[in-house]
Amino acid sequence: MDLLHLTPLEIESLRLSLWVSTWAVLGSLVPGIFIAWVLARVRFPGRALLDGIVHLPLVLPPVVTGYFLLVLMGRHGMIGGWLYDVTGFSFAFSWRGAALAAGVMAFPLFVRAVRLSLESMDRGLEEAAHTLGAGRTRVFFTITLPLSFPGILTGTILAFARSLGEFGATISFVSNIPGETRTLPLALYTLIQQPGGEVGAFRLCIIAVVVALFALMISDFLARRRIFLMHGEK
Amino acid sequence: MNTLDITVAKSNGNFNLKASFACEGSGVTAIFGRSGAGKTTLINIIAGLIRPDSGSVMVNGHILFDSQKGVNLPPEKRRMGYVFQEGRLFPHLSMKANLLYGMKLLPKPERVISFDQVVELLGISHLLSRRPATLSGGEKQRVAIGRALLSSPSLLLMDEPLASLDASRKSEVLPFLARLPRELSIPIIYVTHSVDEVLNLADNMVLMDSGRVIAIDTIETVTTRSEFQSLTGRGGGGSVISTAVLSHDKKKKSTHLRFPGGILKVPFVDIPIDSPLRVRIAPRDVAIALELPIKTSYQNILEGRIEKIEQDNWGFMMIHLDIGCPLLARITPAACSDLSLTEGKDVFALVKSVSVSIGKRLILNELKK
Repeated sequence: MDLLHLTPLEIESLRLSLWVSTWAVLGSLVPGIFIAWVLARVRFPGRALLDGIVHLPLVLPPVVTGYFLLVLMGRHGMIGGWLYDVTGFSFAFSWRGAALAAGVMAFPLFVRAVRLSLESMDRGLEEAAHTLGAGRTRVFFTITLPLSFPGILTGTILAFARSLGEFGATISFVSNIPGETRTLPLALYTLIQQPGGEVGAFRLCIIAVVVALFALMISDFLARRRIFLMHGEK
Repeated sequence: MNTLDITVAKSNGNFNLKASFACEGSGVTAIFGRSGAGKTTLINIIAGLIRPDSGSVMVNGHILFDSQKGVNLPPEKRRMGYVFQEGRLFPHLSMKANLLYGMKLLPKPERVISFDQVVELLGISHLLSRRPATLSGGEKQRVAIGRALLSSPSLLLMDEPLASLDASRKSEVLPFLARLPRELSIPIIYVTHSVDEVLNLADNMVLMDSGRVIAIDTIETVTTRSEFQSLTGRGGGGSVISTAVLSHDKKKKSTHLRFPGGILKVPFVDIPIDSPLRVRIAPRDVAIALELPIKTSYQNILEGRIEKIEQDNWGFMMIHLDIGCPLLARITPAACSDLSLTEGKDVFALVKSVSVSIGKRLILNELKK
């Protein structure tokens, strides 16, 4: 009955959760910023459909998303099967699959945050850069991207936190394999199912709270620093 | 070859812009009109930020837009320097990085103005390491002008660069603006609705109303047109007269100015003899007499002839006088009929010294030296 002494299983699940979430967020960055930019800046038929698809994981039961992933990205799935045949790479029943599931679930949160900052940005600054001789690509990398940094940061933290908590899609896509896909929420679930696992479960709860708080504080610090640099006030 | 040659049409909801004009030389051309007249739309079209429905835009003989030939250069290929009303400095970059943004994109041989030259011209050397958030409105505008200049534009477009500044901030920028046309050969298109800015800065004027160009000529000519007077309101407009300093009378605290119609006496202006100076006289400050008045406080009694009499928007009579140059007088219909004024009649125009507005442009320039 020691609240401070973590068992190897709990340390393993914490390490795995951080690892999986980091990769989920890293993998979301480029496609997330790109899709947010398309949704915020480009007018084209099918925009509403794209918007809907991006947001699906937010409204679907996570188990459904996990099942879709299994059908599409599993080793015998439509995309996953092809990927395995061509490259030998597979998401199925590995931490990579857990990262994919977490990434997909967190994707809408990331896109929303970035898109919001793109839409609230002063487009006049982009126009000014154009008149100074910068083409579209240069304007994107020197003006649009740096100015949407607060949104990207918010989106990253939100997506990271969402990935840490991801449960339903992960367990239905890559199952609950100790050391491979048993992240913190899955370990917590496992402990609750076992007689006498309450203390362990409680310790994992505390860890979850501490990690989440820590992430929020870092994001707050970075955002303040950014605001200070841009506007000269806190 | 014309500096700018533009014929465009653009409709947007209820607003229809249909403008055509050309200007030449390297001076300052003011686009003057009420808000909503289409001034900003027009220079956004020149800059390539708004695509017109039809027409063409040519700068120094280069086609920037031509709907028939299917040419539409993007803004980044047009080499237009644009100074926006609200500055639009990049908030994430230092002043130096803002200034260099356009310059760095230009190959060295195409840079016609150096960094040091611009920094000196605009007096911004002490701002270089600061960020936009810590600058005053006037300082921001000076940096914005510098940033546009450093992109070595073939035309400098300015959209009411002083409109968002209060009076004291304006005076932080105006002297620097006035130096530009003298020290650089870049032609400037200056959008404004301020008569004072026109008087201080511009050589030529494009008068716009409801999306149409209604006049384009020198300041002196356009300001005597009744369209200009009706745009500027009852107290605003006035005839602009170009003069040169003839002599000073320090004892009487007065300065004599030479102009095509003779001599104009104004309160003492501290600038050297022979300096050019532009003055403005509001129509309501001009009185008319049929005989030479004696024992009067009017310092300026100018002989002239009535060219035209018309009723203005406010029911007053606008008397167009020729005193060697055009001059306007606004009087009541009663005064007009009491004196039985008719076109072609010889009269005296009476102007008090204190009602002559002196253009600041040249004074400020002389002070700098």
